[in-house]
Amino acid sequence: MSVNVLKISNLHATIADKSIINGLDLVVPSGEVHAIMGPNGAGKSTLAYVLGGRPGYDVTGGSVDFDGQDLFAMEPHERAAAGLFLGFQYPVEIPGVSYLQFLRESLNAQRRSRGEADLSGAEFIRLAKAKAALLGMDAEMLKRPVNVGFSGGEKKRAEMVQMGIMDPKLAILDETDSGLDIDALKAVGAGINSIMRAPDKSVLLITHYQRLLDYVKPDRVHVLSAGKIVRSGGPELAHELEREGYAEVAA
Amino acid sequence: MNALPSRKDEAFRYSDIAALGEIWGALATPESMQIAAQQKVQQIWLPSDKEIDVRRVEMTLEAGASAHIFVLATASRYGRIEVDVTLHDGADFQFDAAIIGVGDATLEIVTTVRHVEPNATSRQTVRSVLGDTATGSYLGKVAVSRDAQHSDSVQSVKAMLLDRGATANAKPELEIFADDVKCAHGATVGELDADQLYYAAARGLDPAGAKALLLEGFIGGLWDSVDGDDQGIAALARHALKAVTA
Repeated sequence: MSVNVLKISNLHATIADKSIINGLDLVVPSGEVHAIMGPNGAGKSTLAYVLGGRPGYDVTGGSVDFDGQDLFAMEPHERAAAGLFLGFQYPVEIPGVSYLQFLRESLNAQRRSRGEADLSGAEFIRLAKAKAALLGMDAEMLKRPVNVGFSGGEKKRAEMVQMGIMDPKLAILDETDSGLDIDALKAVGAGINSIMRAPDKSVLLITHYQRLLDYVKPDRVHVLSAGKIVRSGGPELAHELEREGYAEVAA
Repeated sequence: MNALPSRKDEAFRYSDIAALGEIWGALATPESMQIAAQQKVQQIWLPSDKEIDVRRVEMTLEAGASAHIFVLATASRYGRIEVDVTLHDGADFQFDAAIIGVGDATLEIVTTVRHVEPNATSRQTVRSVLGDTATGSYLGKVAVSRDAQHSDSVQSVKAMLLDRGATANAKPELEIFADDVKCAHGATVGELDADQLYYAAARGLDPAGAKALLLEGFIGGLWDSVDGDDQGIAALARHALKAVTA
């Protein structure tokens, strides 16, 4: 497979008129896992939100092709339906709405926009239980309001369960490993591998640390600094970064 | 029949007097509910299909009686729910109400809860969702008599405004003559949370669907404690929310 699911060309983006992404180029082929590493303030989370279409993040130049379509021509919910999944660094709490209801309505909204039939309640619960089991999460938790009362690790596991349910073409995971203990980190790593390691799926893994990359072996590692990719390499680059720090490697 | 009230009457301060005038002559005397000592009552007040929908109730709860009232107000032009409750020793009054207004509807809930003897409890929860130029008001008075020690009363009022022209009024009012009582009240007016809306969008919900889901969460908890058949109040509320977010 040599199809590029994501092709970012000369991307520029601002938040409140402050320039954060400054001419970023990146290509992610189908079937590959790419990691983006970089120091605080490099623009990692901004990149994730720009690709996810979060209000307040303005694209001022460049283009992004997602699976043959102009990503920026799509609303956030249309990007989801087209197969883009954004894993949040800080998953949002929604009191009064159960996870089951939230995910079932979301998934069915995606399916309808692709011209597919809704999943029935029973079909959806079967799917949700299977994905929860895969991530080592008690399916009973899905009856609770979205993320309310969840620990940091439980929220991140729940993000991965959502990814399993949505079954995206491309997952952009924004510091999914932050705030996780070793067991949760292993579970999340195994979840990414089992859900997203396939010839027609890709992952853009945004992370500070090399730890998660021990479990999810990336095909490519990119270093982001001051809003640009300053170096790219194989998995060994992550180890080099861990050893020598960003300042050395990015210089 | 009494004269038509004006907006100078405190209890009609936010009313649609013109609409009220159209039905004033035909308005029946308030419905009377007497709940005998130790009896338990649950009632679900659904909206009628009339564009002007006024319900007035006077309720007395004898010692140890309890009443739980669930209310949905969605009249398309003018809706008014007026309740006057008298609580005797140890009586318990629970009131869960939703106001959902679109267009230029004026919807109001006006309650007077009188704790006339000791140990009575009352809890009122009102949630409003208002779109377009709709107005939703809650005027709630809790009056505690000199002898009504150990009264415990709570009023919680929250409103969600979906459009610039929508209005919410919340006026909890306390009149307390006893010295050993608990009376809590809180009122908030807000908009839908931008982070929640984006999170829902990122999972594939279109803007209208995301709004409807978040609002259902805001309103939905009201019906959690319905005992037995909810007579369709949850479904009617959901339907009304769809109309607000459409």
